[in-house]
Parts: sequence; C-alpha cells; structure tokens
Amino acid sequence: MGAIIKRELSSYFRSATAYVVMGVYFFFSGLFFYLYCFRSNSSSLSYVYANMFYIIMFIIPIIAMKTFSEEKRQKTDQALLTSPTSLTEIVLGKFLGAFILFAICCSVFLLYAVVIAFFAQPQWSVILCTFLGLLLLGGSFIAINVFISSLTESMIVAAVAGMAIGLIIDMMTYFISMISVTWITDILQKINFINYYQNFTYGILSITDIVFFLSVTGLFLFFTVRVLEKRRWS
Amino acid sequence: MVEVTNLTKRYGNLTAVDDISFKAEPGVILGFLGPNGAGKSTTMNMITGYISSTSGTVTIDGYDILAEPKQAKTKIGYLPEIPPLYIDMTVRRYLEFMFDLKRVKLPKKQHIDEVMRLVHITDKGDRIIKNLSKGYKQRVGFAQALLGNPPVLILDEPTVGLDPKQIIEIRNLIRSLGKKHTVIFSSHVLSEVSEICDRVLVISHGKIVADAKTDELAATLSGSLKLSMIIEGNSGDVINELKKIPGVSGVKKQRDLENNAAKYTLEYKKDTDVRRDVFNAMVRIGCPILELQSGNESLEAMFLRLTKEKGGRS
Repeated sequence: MGAIIKRELSSYFRSATAYVVMGVYFFFSGLFFYLYCFRSNSSSLSYVYANMFYIIMFIIPIIAMKTFSEEKRQKTDQALLTSPTSLTEIVLGKFLGAFILFAICCSVFLLYAVVIAFFAQPQWSVILCTFLGLLLLGGSFIAINVFISSLTESMIVAAVAGMAIGLIIDMMTYFISMISVTWITDILQKINFINYYQNFTYGILSITDIVFFLSVTGLFLFFTVRVLEKRRWS
Repeated sequence: MVEVTNLTKRYGNLTAVDDISFKAEPGVILGFLGPNGAGKSTTMNMITGYISSTSGTVTIDGYDILAEPKQAKTKIGYLPEIPPLYIDMTVRRYLEFMFDLKRVKLPKKQHIDEVMRLVHITDKGDRIIKNLSKGYKQRVGFAQALLGNPPVLILDEPTVGLDPKQIIEIRNLIRSLGKKHTVIFSSHVLSEVSEICDRVLVISHGKIVADAKTDELAATLSGSLKLSMIIEGNSGDVINELKKIPGVSGVKKQRDLENNAAKYTLEYKKDTDVRRDVFNAMVRIGCPILELQSGNESLEAMFLRLTKEKGGRS
C-alpha cells in the first residue's frame, strides 16, 4: 500500500495536476481570506471555510479522476492486480494518495490562522474543528470520485461526472427548497453534505457529523473494491 | 510448477477458454501457440489472477490463485501482451515501484541493477519510459516480470514488435531463464515456439488441439508422414505397386511430368519406414525413381490446417 501511495503522490507532482490544483486552491482560499478576514476586519475563518466547500467540489474530481480510469486505459492495472497486493490495499493506497494531496492544499488554512494570530487572538478550537471538517468532507468526496473513476476508462468522463455530482451536492439546499413532498425532503436533508459540514465551521464537533463523512468515505471505497472485483469476474 | 485443471472462461455465450488442463514443470519452457484470439492471453490472465475463471482451478506451486492469491502471486512474474508501464516514470523509479509493490525481500538497489543488466537496460535507468522505443519498453516490462526472481514466468508474446537482433536476445534470455524457472510463453509465430520451447500446446478456439514435445510436434500434428517422389513409368502400375507396400496409407498422383514421368505423394504411418520397400518395388516393375523426398508438410501448413479443422468442429 505504501508503494501505491508514494507512486500516486509522485505522479501528481510529476505532472501539472498537483501544481494546478494547489494553485487554484491557494488562489481561492487566499481570495476568501482577504475578502472575509482582511477586508472585513474579522478574525473568524468560518466564512472562508464555508466558501471553500464550493471550491473543493470542483478540485477533487481533478485530483481523483485518473486514479482508476487511467490505469485501465494504459493497462497498468494488470501490474497492480497481478501483484501480491489486495484490492482493498490498492483502493486505499489510491485514496490516501489523493487525500494527502488534498490535505497539503488544506494545510494553508493553518498558515492563515498563524497570520491572524499576529493581529488578534484566533479561536484555535474553531479553526482546528473546521480543519477537521474540511478533511472529512474532502475525504468523502474523494472516495466518491475514486469510485466514479473506477467505472470508466476516460478520465474526462470521470471528472465531468464528478463535477456534476459535486454541483448537485452544492445545490442540494436549493433543490430541497423547491420540493414540497415532506418524505423526499426529509431524505435529502439527511444526505445534504452542507448540513453536516456547516456544524464544523461553527466550531461544533458532533459525532453524527464525523460518522456521516466517515461512512460515506467507507461506503464508496467499498463500492470501488466491489467494482474492481466484479470486473475480474465478468 | 503451474497446474491448470479444467479451466474455462465464458463471456456471456462466448466461450473464450474451454476446459483446458495442463501442467508446466520447472526447467521446461512451455509454449502456447495459437492464432490471434485463440484464448492464449485469456488463459494467461487467468493463471496470473488478473481475471477469474468461470470454472476450473489454477495452482502455482500448490497455491490456488483464487483461494490464496497473495502466496500464489508472489511466485509469478508476468509480462502481459501490453507491458504495464507507468509511462511518466523513469525506468529506475518504475522498477523500484514494482519492487515495492511485489514486496520483494531482496536488497533493492542491487537486485534492480542485476535485473536491468539481464535485459540490457542498465544505461536507460534515468530515461522516462514514454520516450523509450518499443523494444526498450518491452524490456522494461520484462525486467518488471523478473523482479524478485519468481519461480514462474508467464510471458505473453514477449517478442512482438522487436527488431531481429532484440528478438534473438530475448529468446536467448528466455532459454537461459527456462533452465531454472517454469516458463510459459505464448506466441503466434511457430518457428519461434519450436525454437525456444521444450513443449508446445497448440490452442485454437479456446481448446488445446495438440500437446507435444517440440521435436515430436510435426509427427503429432500430422499423424502420418509423407514421401514425395518423381517416378518414370506407367502411373497405373506405379500406384498399384506402391499401395501394396505394408504401412502405406495412401498414394496420390500429383501431376504428369515430361518423358513419361509423374510426381506422386505417398502417405505412410508413423513409426514405419517404407523407403527401402518403395525402392525395391520400383526396381521390380522397372520404373526408376528419379527423385525421392520426405515431403512432410511444413509446420506452418500443419498448424493452419489443425487450428482450422478443430476450430470448425467446436
């Protein structure tokens, strides 16, 4: 598994992917930091975090799009699947590779917190809580995109499908407001990512939210393993 | 040792591999021979655990590939038809990755150097794989299969796309590896298989249609031997007389030649030698033999006939 994580990470940094993703991430987080903290004289990073929700829905498909689609297209999956490494390890390795890149992107927030510390007393509990929320949200969305990538041979298809799903997740609250059937809105509220993520940005650490994101991550990684397994048996 | 028992792979209604059984022992190079689409790659993919079988089992040194994949897979070095190369990596980085992926326990740098020397890519270590020529890419794929010195090597058409010099090098390499390892090697080039392999499995339409030692291949494939002759004299008499010879299963006149001579082919059973009898018989009726050749069908012709015939029947 370690070998796969290492290869994934070095592959991101050998190609432009890592730099483009980090560039976009740093640009928007920097912009929001400037707008919501510097311009508004606020020491709270909550708004910055809340807005990053929309940005990562577009960034993560780019990170995860080639995890499995490219392997299949280049036939390199033959090397992985005939090596003495289990499917679970392969999927986890791919996931963690993408997750570490994402975590590197997110770590810029800690820098912003340090910057704030020069001018005001930052609320470390809120900042760290939100940071954890961001990682959990990112992890679950990476798992969804890794799963999408395992379904297709084209990374463009994987990226577009991932972004479409990201957009739906982004606009979930809006959709819910349009639907008047109670039981449907109830279900949609239950899977509305932003409901769970928002609590973190307020500094509320709740088990429900943590379990939600971890479950989504686990579920989609499990689906990915099943897809790869099924491909061998079909 | 690789043991394959009643291996079958079906894709819907299509049977790609149909009830194949064979054993490959260490020190023997086993050749898979068959036209494209015969099921060679599918069989190899099942042996290596890349795809699963519909029914049947594969064991590698006693480990079932589906029940104990980890143990079985550490014993296999696999070079698929398209080498599984991460083209954005350098040769050395790629081999280091494969070394880790395969959980090889040998000293890393030393072992990789040794494998690179074996396939003659020592000076290409820092090149990015995507910039290498096809021949070199093939060798990097080969190097990857050799990592960890696996006792079983599965090579799917390893010489395709190489130039004649490289082909000879790779063949020599396979031959030397075959002394210690169990090597299964596929090709659709007959001369290659008959040159390298100790034993040949001819596969057609997913079935084994012939299983023979390479030097017995011709006889096994045809079932009978042939003489082709030019004899002077009345062809009716000649044919009558030839047919009387014990062991002869058929005589056919191919065509008339000038000066009352004609060309004949004579089929006789394996394990007999009728040449002396033919000579004596012709002396008896006063028809001189002008030419006599053991006119076995070429391996190619037999291979084509065999793969066509058996395919038609299945």
